[in-house]
Amino acid sequence: MIRRTFLALAASAAALSFAGAASADTIKIGASAPKSGPLAGGAAMTHWPNVHMWVNEVNERGGLQVGDQQMQIELIEYDDQTSAETAIQNIQRLATQDQVDFLITPYSTGINVATAPMIAQYGYPHITTSAATDGVAEFAERWPNSFWMLGTATQLAEGAVQTLIKLRDNGDIGDTVALVHVADAFGLELVNAAKGELEEAGFEIVYEASYPLGTQDVAPIISGAAAANPDSFVAFSYPGDTFALTEQAQIQGLDVGAFYTGVGTAFPPYVGRFGAAAEGVLGIGGINVEDPKIADYIERHNASAGAGPDFWASATTYAGLQVLEQAIEAAGTIDRAEVIEAIKSGTFDTVIGEVTFENNVNPNVYTTGQWRDGVFVAVAADGLDVSAEPVRKEGWE
Amino acid sequence: MTRLTTEEIRIGVIGAVVVALVALLPFFDNGFYLSLTVNIMLYAALCTAWTLFSGPTHYVSLATAAFFGIGTYAVGLGIDHLPFPVLVGVGAVAAALLAGIVGAATLRISGVYFVVFTLGLAELVRQLVSWSQSKFTGRMGLYVFTDIREMHILWMLLALTVVVFLTGWLINRSRLGFAMEIIGNDETVAKHSGIDTARAKILLFMISGAFIGIAGAIMAPRYAYIQPPSAFNPMISFLVVIMALLGGTKRLWGPLVGVIPFTILMDIVSSRFPNHTYIVMGIAFLAIVYLLPNGVTGRLEQLRERLRHRQPKPEAVSEEKPA
Repeated sequence: MIRRTFLALAASAAALSFAGAASADTIKIGASAPKSGPLAGGAAMTHWPNVHMWVNEVNERGGLQVGDQQMQIELIEYDDQTSAETAIQNIQRLATQDQVDFLITPYSTGINVATAPMIAQYGYPHITTSAATDGVAEFAERWPNSFWMLGTATQLAEGAVQTLIKLRDNGDIGDTVALVHVADAFGLELVNAAKGELEEAGFEIVYEASYPLGTQDVAPIISGAAAANPDSFVAFSYPGDTFALTEQAQIQGLDVGAFYTGVGTAFPPYVGRFGAAAEGVLGIGGINVEDPKIADYIERHNASAGAGPDFWASATTYAGLQVLEQAIEAAGTIDRAEVIEAIKSGTFDTVIGEVTFENNVNPNVYTTGQWRDGVFVAVAADGLDVSAEPVRKEGWE
Repeated sequence: MTRLTTEEIRIGVIGAVVVALVALLPFFDNGFYLSLTVNIMLYAALCTAWTLFSGPTHYVSLATAAFFGIGTYAVGLGIDHLPFPVLVGVGAVAAALLAGIVGAATLRISGVYFVVFTLGLAELVRQLVSWSQSKFTGRMGLYVFTDIREMHILWMLLALTVVVFLTGWLINRSRLGFAMEIIGNDETVAKHSGIDTARAKILLFMISGAFIGIAGAIMAPRYAYIQPPSAFNPMISFLVVIMALLGGTKRLWGPLVGVIPFTILMDIVSSRFPNHTYIVMGIAFLAIVYLLPNGVTGRLEQLRERLRHRQPKPEAVSEEKPA
């Protein structure tokens, strides 16, 4: 009996796999990103909802206009289990078994770099939207088919320091800073860039600490910082520790005029968790609330995914897909080399504004945001205008 | 050394043919099947190296990720200064040293204590490596950019697996192998026969660890971006144990029979059910335990027994019940 059930399961599995036969008027697009493993949560927030939303929207309006042909998108998606080996194998499968016409970027710096040689080998355009590292210029040179949209660690660190300078100029804070970072490549890049900028601007670092990735107990960090009595607190952190640091700061009543945390601050669940206490918290990312395109994007994202986007990489992820869409339509062909050329030379109208690549890197990014009335508003940017000025954080109530 | 038996010669010839076929694969397929074979070869090398120690001693080691990560990091930290083959050697030596220290500290304890210690070890080494990396080297992301392509990784892993097999075969013929056989059967008896059991176990643990370190070093160019979570991924340790047990650890080739179907199964599951990988994997595990309680080798032996029973052999009936 049980054996028969397994046979039936196997048969239905086989039947399912033949269900998605493609027709001539479809364009096949492959996606490999985490649906399980450590980064599954981040991808479920930032990556997948945008992929599904974009495919549905394009298909609803009739498909991609390729030359004189309207082509519906057929999406083929795989789980990379947050593992580089699986991701490479997925790219291989998409390229040689499924023979997709284009690829959607993998998720995270590590997996983008690990899959980049393979994607380059097959000549696909590779538009990354989830890698913020100082290596982007080198990567873009190494893989001319790759494009980097989320900015660099140095840009993000500069944005944080510029925000502190503005607050100091307004008389909101003094010169002393507590500086904390997660001990991995991302945290180190940011903290090294920030340190130089802070010293140059005449700030004094009164407390400095790092913690290993995955640390659960951050109470000693907050109490150590509190003991140094700083005017501002800056942490280059990941989502788990961003939430933990904020919680401890709230519990211990860390009294600072500027409170800055890293990745995760821009997630809607952050304000959901801390409510009014999140008011005035600074962090990586931010959006331009004045821009009607962004308001429209948030509305569509809500309708499509049943939840709002995060206020940093979500919009960039969607913009990356818009770049691919517009480049294919501009090239008027599914020839990959011509589409890569179109991306290099084109200007694209996206939800994060007009995007033009300089040496395959998008130089204009929002760098720092601040929670204001439930919205994470951009208060610092590189190459873009911001609609809001940072304000002092007033307590944790 | 005794002379080779005809059986051994036959296995050797079959093995050589299989190795030659795998080595020729890159000339016929440059895409998906090559990638799949690389993953199969990786786990074939890891599981065989694991069985080298855990098979005869029955110590379940979850330290695979620690040795693997050490090898990966040896390449990641040194690739700008030393040639790749030297770094593979460095990885092997570093992993063997770690195995030696750990073995000296823990191989006197046994059973569940050893399992728990080795599980913690991977995490400990991972934290030590990332701490010292940020403290002393000041290097951020470790990038390994080389000219090594997928086919080269396949050939290196294939060569490694062959060396692991030859080593295992030589050990079985040596005094060390004989000692391990006695230790595996009854450690007290082994001690009373004058075997230095601790020394023998540590030596074997070091050899096994060194091979796993080499595998980690070989994979570094494939990861390109070396981070502690991927180099010291605890899943590696668990997968190795599961695959080895699926195949059966009584024979050195047992894990191979586990690795090949398991990797292919994982692949089918993750491509057909991208949204439900864990659920389907769970069902697959249950099915494996239900249908193959003694591993693939156990099943094969059972089938052979059954075939033999079909022929009228009176003495086979009495084998059913152990004395």
